[in-house]
Amino acid sequence: MCLGVPGRVSAWLDRDPLFARANIEFDGIQRECHMACVPEAEIGDYVIIHAGVAICLVDQAEARRVFDELNRLNLLAELETDVVTEATPIESKRDEP
Amino acid sequence: MMTPDRIEFPTCPVTSFQHDRVMLAHGEGGRLMRKLLRERIAPAISCGNAAISTGIIENDAASFTVNDGDMAITTDSYVVSPLFFPGGDIGSLAVFGTINDLAVSGADPLWLTLGLILEEGLPFELLDRILLSIGTAAKRCGVSIVSGDTKVVPKGVLDKIFINTTGIGRVRDIGSLGSHRLHEGDAILVSGPIGHHGIAVLAAREQLGLNPAPRSDCAPLHESCRCLHNALGRDLHAMRDATRGGVSAVLHEWSEASSHTMKLRESLVPIAPNIRGACELLGLDPLYVANEGTFVAAVSRPAVTRAIEVLQNLDVSRHATIIGEVTKKQSAPVIVERLLGIWQPLDEPSGAPLPRIC
Amino acid sequence: MKFVDEFREPELALRLVAQIRETATRRWVLMDVCGGQTHSLLRYGIEVALEDCVELIHGPGCPVCVTSCESIDFALQLAMQPHVIVASFGDMLRVPGSRESLLDVRARGGRVQMVYSPMDAVELARNHPDCQVVFFAVGFETTAPATALAALHAEQLGLDNFSMLVTHVRVLPAMEALLLSPVNRVQAFLAAGHVCAVTGFAEYDVLVDRFRVPVVVTGFEPIDLLQGILGAVQQLEAGGHCVSNCYARSVSREGNINAQKTVETVYEVADRDWRGFGSIRNGGLILRDRFERFDSEKRFATNQMNPISVVNTCLSSEVLSGQIKPPQCPYFGNACTPDSPLGAPMVSSEGACAAYFRYQWLQSK
Repeated sequence: MCLGVPGRVSAWLDRDPLFARANIEFDGIQRECHMACVPEAEIGDYVIIHAGVAICLVDQAEARRVFDELNRLNLLAELETDVVTEATPIESKRDEP
Repeated sequence: MMTPDRIEFPTCPVTSFQHDRVMLAHGEGGRLMRKLLRERIAPAISCGNAAISTGIIENDAASFTVNDGDMAITTDSYVVSPLFFPGGDIGSLAVFGTINDLAVSGADPLWLTLGLILEEGLPFELLDRILLSIGTAAKRCGVSIVSGDTKVVPKGVLDKIFINTTGIGRVRDIGSLGSHRLHEGDAILVSGPIGHHGIAVLAAREQLGLNPAPRSDCAPLHESCRCLHNALGRDLHAMRDATRGGVSAVLHEWSEASSHTMKLRESLVPIAPNIRGACELLGLDPLYVANEGTFVAAVSRPAVTRAIEVLQNLDVSRHATIIGEVTKKQSAPVIVERLLGIWQPLDEPSGAPLPRIC
Repeated sequence: MKFVDEFREPELALRLVAQIRETATRRWVLMDVCGGQTHSLLRYGIEVALEDCVELIHGPGCPVCVTSCESIDFALQLAMQPHVIVASFGDMLRVPGSRESLLDVRARGGRVQMVYSPMDAVELARNHPDCQVVFFAVGFETTAPATALAALHAEQLGLDNFSMLVTHVRVLPAMEALLLSPVNRVQAFLAAGHVCAVTGFAEYDVLVDRFRVPVVVTGFEPIDLLQGILGAVQQLEAGGHCVSNCYARSVSREGNINAQKTVETVYEVADRDWRGFGSIRNGGLILRDRFERFDSEKRFATNQMNPISVVNTCLSSEVLSGQIKPPQCPYFGNACTPDSPLGAPMVSSEGACAAYFRYQWLQSK
């Protein structure tokens, strides 16, 4: 099972090693989640929540790095390609039916 | 003559009378039922109108004269669980839901009937809350509840209460609204952000622990529908409230009835951040989630700007927006534009959406 | 939504699509082994966008699809027993065992409670001391920490009315089994990102060295998936094979040690029957002796149900191993639909066949 959603640690409720819980915020909605597997998370950190349990910390710096790198490559690609020449098959798929 | 040492009481038990809850006897048509009607039901739902209150109690049917004009009639039953949820309850739902069916059909709601099926043992305290909610909702919509019925079933046959309401309204322009009027090129609008009711009820029923508890959008739509219809006239082609099955269900119904394909742009569909967050967490697609205060409309292309203007002027539809268009029939009845500009069929809803963790 | 929306940026996604198409000189065969990835690949149109240069086979990545009929039948029996509540994730409710599903049994009066989290099942047990709560513990290694935590909580709280029907499955042995098959066509794997968030990916080195296939740890948003696919295609084009990580914001080589310790305290590795595949060596997790009393299979003795022989047998193992695509199954769309499924791949919302039915063009293929 894999649906894991990133949420922000907004408040710690219990720091007990086994029963650790925190309020996790997801875009305007919060839920108490179990934190025994990510006890090092601090307020403001992001964790991946799966079935109400935090399974890992999100490395925010790494996320930013990847995103910035993608944007940089995107910009480079745009500068290199002056104009769209031939229609590629992907373009024809974009055409509205 | 024998003088008994003591008086023997009859061995068959006298009816044990409980003062705080519904009993089977309340549905048997006798003294207890009339008491229930007179003391609890009629006052709550008649909104202070003595004539209506008397009518509900004394008459088998409500009578009215129709001079000229056309009427609409609709019926719906309400079995929602839990009975009370953030933003509404089974009572307000039973009123607004039926009002809305009239409203999207182009009718001004006038009267409702109220059928109650109660489970033996239902606490009066709970029944009173629901009746109050029904009365308040009816008053808010300016409709009168003119007739009804009450039955009581043995404990365990149903879960606390089922409600049926039938609504009658006066139709503005008969035949002017419906899937038969859908036309290629029509714009598809939604009156507000989607997914509230289904998420609210799911979260409450299954105690999903979401905070703040998501609120249902349960609300009457008659004003928005009337204003839109009056402003657009024949440029308004169809309306439908997006209840069970959500926006997807409406578009599929329209497609099947009209032999057109409905096109939807996913990026245009409005959704509130907290509902979006809940859908992401639960793995639900908001297009399949029920609404109870949100409708979909199809209008002719030239009338779109006016339609949005009229709807956004009213509180319940202040976030109205265009989400797609009616197009000529293709292989799929409803298609949606996804992230990469790919157009894909949008499947018909089947069964209530269930949270997934994969 | 932070760490979600950025990774759904359409422009970036299209750029990655273009890059993949530019890089691929032939059509490569990739497999994902996670239902969540299958869902995203189809939902965002990625599979269609890349179909000229990448064949995406959806492997056995849906734990509900591979939970054995026997386990589901056992849960159904328990649900019909008085004073027993079966608590289950939403996905599992619609999956039929040999005859019916938990939802069917609920309609007949069985007590079935949907839960979002295993911890909610523990809470249910606390609130219903008069009932036995059985939690249906399905899932990959992603879910094992959560269910393990539930067992630890139940132990600490001294609950005597909580037990778990454990059917956890492990991804890597399944990948190995697929690669050992003589009809294997998979040239590279997209490794399940959230499984790896827990387990890390060090253990994939052995697989890669032995079978010489690239393994790319991949996330779930469109950008993550496209980066993962690009990584795999780049390796294949270069003729190389290694484990690479394209989901570094959530996955490290060692994984989450705390989560692993929690799992190891409660579970041990064992063979497990995968529906449609037969027994996979080391393919599952079972409760350790210390937690024996929380094992539903040991707590409840029930009659053996006789499986009904079905006219049409689901070809789940051919579909899930990638030998055929769902539309190539003779029952797809006629005898087998989401409303009347023959097997779990069509029932579960994450099943390969249901996902295809939901998102694929009806007229294509």
